[in-house]
Amino acid sequence: MSTKTQRMRTPLGRVRGHGAAGSGTTHFWHQRLTAVSNVVLTIGMIVVCISLLGRNHAYVVQILGSPLVAILVMLFIVSAVYHMRLGMQVIIEDYVHDDLPKIACLMATTFFCFAIAFASLFAILKLLSGV
Amino acid sequence: MAETKAPVERPLSPHLQIYRPTLTMMMSIVHRITGAALFFGTLLLVWWLIAAASGPDAYAKFSWFASSLIGRLILLGYTWALIHHMLGGIRHLIWDTLHGLDPVGREWLVRANLIGSVVITAVIWIIGFLVMGGPL
Repeated sequence: MSTKTQRMRTPLGRVRGHGAAGSGTTHFWHQRLTAVSNVVLTIGMIVVCISLLGRNHAYVVQILGSPLVAILVMLFIVSAVYHMRLGMQVIIEDYVHDDLPKIACLMATTFFCFAIAFASLFAILKLLSGV
Repeated sequence: MAETKAPVERPLSPHLQIYRPTLTMMMSIVHRITGAALFFGTLLLVWWLIAAASGPDAYAKFSWFASSLIGRLILLGYTWALIHHMLGGIRHLIWDTLHGLDPVGREWLVRANLIGSVVITAVIWIIGFLVMGGPL
């Protein structure tokens, strides 16, 4: 069988399969996308943190519960947690080679990231509602 | 078919211990280490937000930890890791555009990354102390 007859699929058909991992460059692209958003959001978070240094609880609640700051913190959490999920996946895939421990580590990473994101967003929503 | 061959000893590709350490190599490793540190450092962020949402007592506990010596050392490390990883990320975004990959450019970028992370961390903490009216 010649190589020519094996290639019945069109280039478009092969691209649509997104390669061996089935996701193409999505991981790479999302890491870059969140890297750029993280730069902007991190600068905002540093400003917020400095402005709240040494302040009492009432003042901190008032600032964190104001809409613009709350939106900034929530965007930062979503962007940063998604980025660190992607990054930790690369580290695990580099160093953990056996299937079972690798899948266990990847699952633990995803659970950790969801827990961090949910707990942080919940705290901000509670502060926003002023309860 | 019944016989199984002994696994062939295949040559491995050279890894870290083979190469002479270079600055770009070390900075690549530090980028990964700071990333992993920031991953677990988010626990501090969650503690801070949940403490604020829980009430004055919980927030007082967080404030006590954050202003303790060990707390400040951790937060100083957190700040440096954050800035270093951010500048390292910008370095990688520049490299993604195929700029700064030549010997002069890449050495310049990693040095700027290292010096910049220390300087910016120092500036952030000085501003922080000025806002608080002193290191105490």
